Amino acid sequence: MAVNYNAKEEADGHPSGVGAPGGAGKSRKPDNTAFKQQRLPAWQPILTAGTVLPAFFIIGLIFIPIGIGIFVTSNNIREYEIDYTGTDSSSPCNKCLNVSWNSTPPCTCTINFTLDQPFETNVFMYYGLSNFYQNHRRYVKSRDDSQLNGDNSSLLHPSKECEPYSTSENKPIAPCGAIANSMFNDTLELFRIDNETRIPITLNKKGIAWWTDKNVKFRNPSGNTNNLTALFQGTTKPVNWPKPVYMLDSEADNNGFINEDFIVWMRTAALPTFRKLYRLIERKNNLQPTLQAGKYSLDITYNYPVHSFDGRKRMILSTISWMGGKNPFLGIAYITVGSICFFLGVVLLVIHHKYGNRNTSADIPN
Amino acid sequence: MMICRKKKLLEEERRVKANDPEHNEKFQYANNRIKTSKYNILTFLPVNLFEQFQRAANAYFLCLLILQLIPEISSLSWFTTIVPLMVVFTITAVKDATDDCFRHKSDNQVNNRQAEVLIDGRLQNEKWMNVRPGDIIKLENNTFVAADLLLLSSSEPHGLCYIETAELDGETNLKVRQALPVTSELGADIRRLAEFDGVVVCEPPNNKLDKFTGVLFWKNNRYSLNNEQMLLRGCVLRNTGWCFGMVIFAGPDTKLMQNSGRTKFKRTSIDRLMNTLVLWIFGFLVCMGIILAIGNSIWEQQVGAHFRIYLYWSEVVNSSVFSGFLTFWSYVIILNSVVPISLYVSVEVIRLGHSYFINWDRKMYYPKKDIPAEVRTTTLNEELGQVEYVFSDKTGTITQNIMTFNKCSINGKTYGDVYDDLGWKTEINEKTVPVDFSFNPLADRKFQFYDHSLIESIKLGDSMVHEFFRLLSLCHTVMSEEKNAGELIYQVQSPDEGALVTAARNFGFIFKSRTPETITVEEMGKLVTYQLLAILDFNNIRKRMSVIVQTPDGQIKLYCKGADTVLFERLHPSNEELMYLTSDHLEEFAGEGHRTLALAYKNLTEEHFKEWFKILQEANTSLDSRNEHLAAAYEEIEKDMMLLGATAIEDKLQEGVTETIASLSLANIKIWVLTGDKQETAVNIGYSCHMLTDTMNEIFIVAGHTVTEVREELRKAKEHFFGQSKDLSNGHVFCEKMQESKQGSVLEETVTGDYALVINGHSLAHALEADLENEFVEVACMCKTVICCRVTPLQKAQVVELVKKHRKAVTLAIGDGANDISMIKSAHIGIGISGEEGMQAVLASDYSFAQFRYLKRLLLVHGRWSYFRMCKFLCYFFYKNFSFTLVHFWFGFFCGFSAQ
Repeated sequence: MAVNYNAKEEADGHPSGVGAPGGAGKSRKPDNTAFKQQRLPAWQPILTAGTVLPAFFIIGLIFIPIGIGIFVTSNNIREYEIDYTGTDSSSPCNKCLNVSWNSTPPCTCTINFTLDQPFETNVFMYYGLSNFYQNHRRYVKSRDDSQLNGDNSSLLHPSKECEPYSTSENKPIAPCGAIANSMFNDTLELFRIDNETRIPITLNKKGIAWWTDKNVKFRNPSGNTNNLTALFQGTTKPVNWPKPVYMLDSEADNNGFINEDFIVWMRTAALPTFRKLYRLIERKNNLQPTLQAGKYSLDITYNYPVHSFDGRKRMILSTISWMGGKNPFLGIAYITVGSICFFLGVVLLVIHHKYGNRNTSADIPN
Repeated sequence: MMICRKKKLLEEERRVKANDPEHNEKFQYANNRIKTSKYNILTFLPVNLFEQFQRAANAYFLCLLILQLIPEISSLSWFTTIVPLMVVFTITAVKDATDDCFRHKSDNQVNNRQAEVLIDGRLQNEKWMNVRPGDIIKLENNTFVAADLLLLSSSEPHGLCYIETAELDGETNLKVRQALPVTSELGADIRRLAEFDGVVVCEPPNNKLDKFTGVLFWKNNRYSLNNEQMLLRGCVLRNTGWCFGMVIFAGPDTKLMQNSGRTKFKRTSIDRLMNTLVLWIFGFLVCMGIILAIGNSIWEQQVGAHFRIYLYWSEVVNSSVFSGFLTFWSYVIILNSVVPISLYVSVEVIRLGHSYFINWDRKMYYPKKDIPAEVRTTTLNEELGQVEYVFSDKTGTITQNIMTFNKCSINGKTYGDVYDDLGWKTEINEKTVPVDFSFNPLADRKFQFYDHSLIESIKLGDSMVHEFFRLLSLCHTVMSEEKNAGELIYQVQSPDEGALVTAARNFGFIFKSRTPETITVEEMGKLVTYQLLAILDFNNIRKRMSVIVQTPDGQIKLYCKGADTVLFERLHPSNEELMYLTSDHLEEFAGEGHRTLALAYKNLTEEHFKEWFKILQEANTSLDSRNEHLAAAYEEIEKDMMLLGATAIEDKLQEGVTETIASLSLANIKIWVLTGDKQETAVNIGYSCHMLTDTMNEIFIVAGHTVTEVREELRKAKEHFFGQSKDLSNGHVFCEKMQESKQGSVLEETVTGDYALVINGHSLAHALEADLENEFVEVACMCKTVICCRVTPLQKAQVVELVKKHRKAVTLAIGDGANDISMIKSAHIGIGISGEEGMQAVLASDYSFAQFRYLKRLLLVHGRWSYFRMCKFLCYFFYKNFSFTLVHFWFGFFCGFSAQ
């Protein structure tokens, strides 16, 4: 199976050398340690039929069940997705398609949908954008982390990286930069339609950001007052925003830079098609599923224009499992690799059985 | 300095006038200051930086750094590049600085040595560096010669002086130089020396150690000068109280400095491979950059333009083409990790590690002298596994350079073998009792002889045995020196002569002293003084030397020793039986790898001698073709001699040489022996270490003196190859390896059968000329063994260069003496044998160890391991970089080619 490189020759190399020469001063004879004489144990696998075939079978036998497990888990995850961009003329949101930033009154639309199966566990509500290059280098760079961390000097003097979104009307922008400026600002509301009555579903807007982001990376400017309006004195809102950063939310611990919607947006996505967590729907009691099967309607305040660059907007409802969201690929990959190994194992076994005995010493001499 | 250099190119002949600085000033000859250092304090930074930036990698990263400083392009912050770059630069600079410091120190030390120079009619102490051509300087015994001097006079009679040239050519024996009679009359008379105003016109500075042609004009006379009158820088004056010399060449013009090969930066083939790979990768990087830049242009056009509401493009120029252009540079920066700066550093670190493993190897440690192996250049380890040609010095490298008188054949009986009680020949081992020489107070303690029968025959007074040793004690050119009573020291020109005289001394025929007319020998305890009538000296054509002496009782005898082939032709017919017997013995000795000599004597009558002496004197005084006349005269008397016997001298091989050579040739490594020794010696050693064997198909000997002769000999050898191998293998004569032929110059031909080539120094000089070198390399490379004898240090280097040039193979040179330095320096890998002949070779080498046999472990174990490990490492490194970078490339397609 493995060959030992361990040098057997050494042990009694130069018996005469030990008490060798000189007497005067230290002998320059090198130390006889395993490391210095390169005798540390080492091995190198040698691939033979005897080692390769079992390896293939074992890999196959381990991977296929794992793959099946993952695949089943992934299939059990409920996921529902609505595209509400409104490019289709029949869509209720078609009227809002060419909306511009901050149009007043805001364009609203409602989309009805039906869930065929109940969502049993906690449901995560996402918004998804397509063709939106949050990963563009200039876009990603365009932020000032120290400003977002509550640094007062950066607040008034945003970094150059934010250009051209660092000042507006001679006032520094807070938060500065292209990322903040393009913050997603559609409002989504979910209703269950039960006998023609619309029952609003409670959407939890806290707990959607990472703990470290909320508590470490993002901080409001400090000062001797808790009044955010005063703290953000001297700054102006980003150009696209309808209202300044200190009016994002009514609750004090979800306002300003530590607004969780804002934090979620500021964590840029890696790919041009992405989803971001919007709200949480918590299961109220154990008797009822979080979302029953049935009719629902989604109310959209359509503020965010994406049509100009062919973007798409989606709303996604999803449950999660131990392996995260719905992802059939991983399971399929495991099953495929496992099957290939198993198949190769069989093929090689056949080959070995048929031709392997031709010379019994098939081992590669080292 | 620059002016001097330019001047030197133009110099066609040199005119130096003694004691006339103004005259010599005109020619601007270099003074005796030498400079081997590269930098001084001011030039260090710019020159060193310039040298470092010549390395492609460093220059590349500098460009990258500059790019990163442009904010529009910069996709990584600039210190990610500058930090590793600075570290690499600093380490290299510190290393270079310390190296140069050492050179400065040694330069200073040499330049500031003191010499006694004749200035204004007085001897004054002057630093070496202030000595100029034309100066007359005085040398004391055992001092270094300061510059290339013309010997004017010395303390010894006839203006003789003895020098040791170890530092020049590695030979430790003494050489004689003789001043011209006219100048030797000057003696130590300072006044007359100061008045000496001879003009020497000679060749321009060159690197030929054994040649000098010049003319001395003095007092309206013209005297021709040759190498016999020259004392070269680097020699040491021995056995001579003092001597005066006139400086001809100084400093950089001396033959020593001209011979020191320029130090080149040695690179391994992995280095070169790495460089080409890096270039390819760089091309690849540019391609990726271009693809992505085009992608960026298209993206900006198609998508980005519409995306502007979220990503404002503030620059004045917002065309998509310009954006693509900027993106190209951004990608060059971001993908730079595919061209790894850390590769060079990591490779260095790995090599350093390997070097330590070699240093630590107990199997390359020589306990007797307490010398471990030492790696002096850490960058060559993996090349060790790739060596194809080994160029080895002989003396001190393959052999121990200890000659011992081992066996002899006297009057048809061999002595020297040991027989056990049953009469079988046995191996000599530690238990064998050596002959006890305690009866002889002057015996050399180190001499060991194991055959007791010889000493018995001496004691019994066997006349032939006595005559044999008398010959050994008389027929030689050894000088003796009796320091204290009972302590006799021999100064020998060749170590085998020394071995013979020492043997005679131990057997009771002690050579005590010589004068030009007499030789005094202590024969079995009683002092006998022989009149030396003539010395018929040795040369390569005669291959023998003789002396004619007159014993105290008036008998005239000729003693001759020489190569068996020439001697046997000149024997008296009555010797035929003995000759066959002796030649059998000689064959036996030679088969054991001994160097053999045959000995003979002849009784002369007074009339006969006188008659012949007249012929000799005529020959001596003849002006034209004197040598031929002399040779004819010698021939006249050296005939009808009586055979005495033969000697066998063992040039002891180092331990394990045979095994090492055998394993190296199994590994398909070709071994060439380059030696300064004479051909017979070299061939003998070839036999004794099994490089030459009797089973070899043919041994070609090239010894031509002219270009055409050499060409003819080479051609014959070549024809022989094909003729012979055709017979052997039915037309499968040779297969041209396609690779080789593509690579170029010389075809590799595999010839069936073993061949060996022995080539002489003077033939080699012709073979190395441009029109013959191809042929030479071709023939030489088809042979299993190549032995070059009588080669100069420079020729050694030339041979190495030749193989390097034509074979594109990795070469290794191994040697121990100063004469091997140029070869060690020009080979890919140079190895110095430490502990025997001084340190010069070791200092110039890349690796050093104490014994030739360690070469096997160095090449076959460490070389192989290093190469394997390095290759694995490189593959892994490139894999790592590619996987790292290609992900970036891929991501480019998802992030709008924005170099994120």
